[in-house]
Amino acid sequence: MKYMDEFRDPAVAKEILKQIHAIVTQPWVIMEICGGQTHSIIRNGIDQLLPKKIELVHGPGCPVCVTPLEVIDRALVIASRPNVIFTSFGDMLRVPGSDKDLLMVKSEGGDVRIVYSPLEAVQIARENPDKEVVFFAVGFETTAPGNAMAIDTAHREGLSNFSELVSHVLVPPAMEALLSSPANRVQGYLAAGHVCTIMGWEEYEPIAEKYKVPIVPTGFEPVDVLEGILLVVKQLEVGEHKVENQYLRSVRRDGNHHAQKVISKIFQVKNQKWRGIGEIPVSGLGVRQEFSQYDAAKKFSVEDIQTNEPEECISGIVLQGLKKPHECPAFGTLCIPENPLGATMVSSEGACAAYYKYQRIRA
Amino acid sequence: MCLGIPGKVVEIFDENGTIMGNIDYAGTISKACLAYVPEISIGEYTVVHAGFAISVINEEEAMKTYEVWEEFIQAAASEGVDVYGNPLPKEDKEASV
Ligand code: SF4
Repeated sequence: MKYMDEFRDPAVAKEILKQIHAIVTQPWVIMEICGGQTHSIIRNGIDQLLPKKIELVHGPGCPVCVTPLEVIDRALVIASRPNVIFTSFGDMLRVPGSDKDLLMVKSEGGDVRIVYSPLEAVQIARENPDKEVVFFAVGFETTAPGNAMAIDTAHREGLSNFSELVSHVLVPPAMEALLSSPANRVQGYLAAGHVCTIMGWEEYEPIAEKYKVPIVPTGFEPVDVLEGILLVVKQLEVGEHKVENQYLRSVRRDGNHHAQKVISKIFQVKNQKWRGIGEIPVSGLGVRQEFSQYDAAKKFSVEDIQTNEPEECISGIVLQGLKKPHECPAFGTLCIPENPLGATMVSSEGACAAYYKYQRIRA
Repeated sequence: MCLGIPGKVVEIFDENGTIMGNIDYAGTISKACLAYVPEISIGEYTVVHAGFAISVINEEEAMKTYEVWEEFIQAAASEGVDVYGNPLPKEDKEASV
């Protein structure tokens, strides 16, 4: 077993689809949280194979897409400094800031480097003691363990030339914010399988109970997504609302303790701004006071950079599942992946990019 | 950043005091940090996210899930079409690596 092909088997997908068709009696709106799931759904045309009564709306689960514009602007300022090596996951390089992106800083002579792990950034810091090495630490609960460990490692080794520009978001508070909004249409959630792999799913139980929504931690392969939808629909049809784990091969109820321990050693929960959405209470992580020397926003005094977002991009509404990407007037005209107006068109996990790539122009 | 696919641990070693491993994704080997799955052994599968292994695939659970699905496969094998009678779409391999 390789845990891949088995979970992409069209025959299995077909049977699960049949079961979904067989049990649906009324219209339901289900949101998939994670951008990886959005990508899988659109690429495999899952939304079009489902009964018409089921509407899938795409959630805010793409870390690149929700990183606030002002954080990108702060990154651009730091990366332009002469003595800085600015390191980042590749997908942040083309995210537009107010007037440029990190790739443009690089072409203007900035030392901007792509890394695949924050530990590579720590290695660059070891090798360049006379330079300031900054890692762009963005993401959800899934990248937090790695980003925390990079700071922990730098601290252990006394690498005073390493720091992180941190913009970390937490999923459950955002799910709750969406549910409590008067405009909310979501009746059931596919929770993000890898976020739950780290944090477990106990946190979702009070949310499922309070808002009476089924929440199903779900994997990323097409069959996982379909099975997640089946589990949500089964609950909705009989009026249940509990947390039910689809992604059993990776998610344990209490998550990954080793990772949780390092996250809470280095980071603490704080209020956090989401691009296009605004501030959500207790929905982010920041560097703890004891480790503030590794906080690049403080080290480079960029905390006072605040930016308003451009009006033509409706990604905030898209990220809340209130509109589909093709309903944006700029979609496919002013805004395309090569020349994106908003972050949801940059990242391959962004809903706008997925719709564009797979030419999804109808709901 | 988020498409963590499972890979098989083929080597475990120490690098700067941190447990690391080489992970095989159907022939492509890449390095990942194993500090968050210290219980893992060579030959086991793991999900890697942004350079860090975040879980050991639970073989027993995967088998159980798959056994349920086996029945679906048997049931559908003869037909090979989707619920609308169209052939099911072929998997786009390139995008998932
Ligand atoms: S299509 Fe472009 S402008 Fe419109 S919401 Fe998506 S990213 Fe923003």
